[in-house]
Amino acid sequence: MHSWEGWIAVIGLTLLTLVTRGFFFLSKRELPMPRGMNQALRYAPLAALAAVVVPEVVMTQGQLIDHWQDARIFGAVAGGLYFWWRRGILGTILAGMAVMLPLRLGLGW
Amino acid sequence: MLGIAVGIAAWGLITGVAMGKSGMPMPLMLLMSFIVFAGSAQLAVLPLMASGAPLWVVWATALCVNLRFVIFSAQWRPYLIGYPLGARLRWAYITADLSYVMFMRRFPEPVPAPEQPPYFWGGALTNWVAWQVPSLIGILFAEAVPVHWGFGFAGTLALLGLAMALLSDKSTAVAAAVAGCAAVAAYALPLKLNIVVAIAAAVAVGLLMDHVGKAHAAKPHVDSEEIK
Repeated sequence: MHSWEGWIAVIGLTLLTLVTRGFFFLSKRELPMPRGMNQALRYAPLAALAAVVVPEVVMTQGQLIDHWQDARIFGAVAGGLYFWWRRGILGTILAGMAVMLPLRLGLGW
Repeated sequence: MLGIAVGIAAWGLITGVAMGKSGMPMPLMLLMSFIVFAGSAQLAVLPLMASGAPLWVVWATALCVNLRFVIFSAQWRPYLIGYPLGARLRWAYITADLSYVMFMRRFPEPVPAPEQPPYFWGGALTNWVAWQVPSLIGILFAEAVPVHWGFGFAGTLALLGLAMALLSDKSTAVAAAVAGCAAVAAYALPLKLNIVVAIAAAVAVGLLMDHVGKAHAAKPHVDSEEIK
């Protein structure tokens, strides 16, 4: 990414945040909710997050990892279990890091 | 409120470190922290920006992560539509997930009231400061954290928790699984297009499951009895 692209990216991201957060109240006009939009809205954010998270956990340098001794897998499972149990994001981060860091720094996984 | 602020601060710190490690120039990182102010979208696009994904993929990903705000904005409308545009713009900039949840819990009736703006701005500014201060600390001290600790994984864990919070039933779970598998399977595509492929596949599967579910529900009840 060229340096000027970074600036354009950030300005675009700002506009995107403003427009999505204010979508139905920035204009005085009544905007009808397009048909099917409600349902697509149910899946798109989850899909985007899963699409970013899963490769970050199971891939290294563009390759699917082929061994189970990877600290990230255990960290992600621990974080996932914590969230399932308590539904807190801070705890998910702490639980996941508490499992990932010793495996990585101690065992070199 | 204190517990919430600690959570926001941790999230801000992680996003700050992720920005600090992204290789962006310092002024750009500071600008991003101050004006974008959308943690999950920032965390999601940082690896894309670092790997040189094209602008439209970066924006499309941020748009998808931000789509939940579109739903929130429909709920905000009756409270806000009477205010001038400038006030509504400021509200749109600063309202994140927590401000929305707290406000709707406090004012469930969708009618404007004079005590609403002070309540909202008190919470939103607290949230803003609790986010920005650790985010700046993260940006400034990211270099001090050794890369091999894998601190960036904290950002992935934060996104994992957020994704799990959006799981509500079987069809959302299947859509998430499809997105994850598709993102891995299509990883070799150039320009980080695997993210776009994964979102398209997951939304298609989700809509299909809604459709099939409805068709089943519409069938006469005896059908399912006979199949047994």
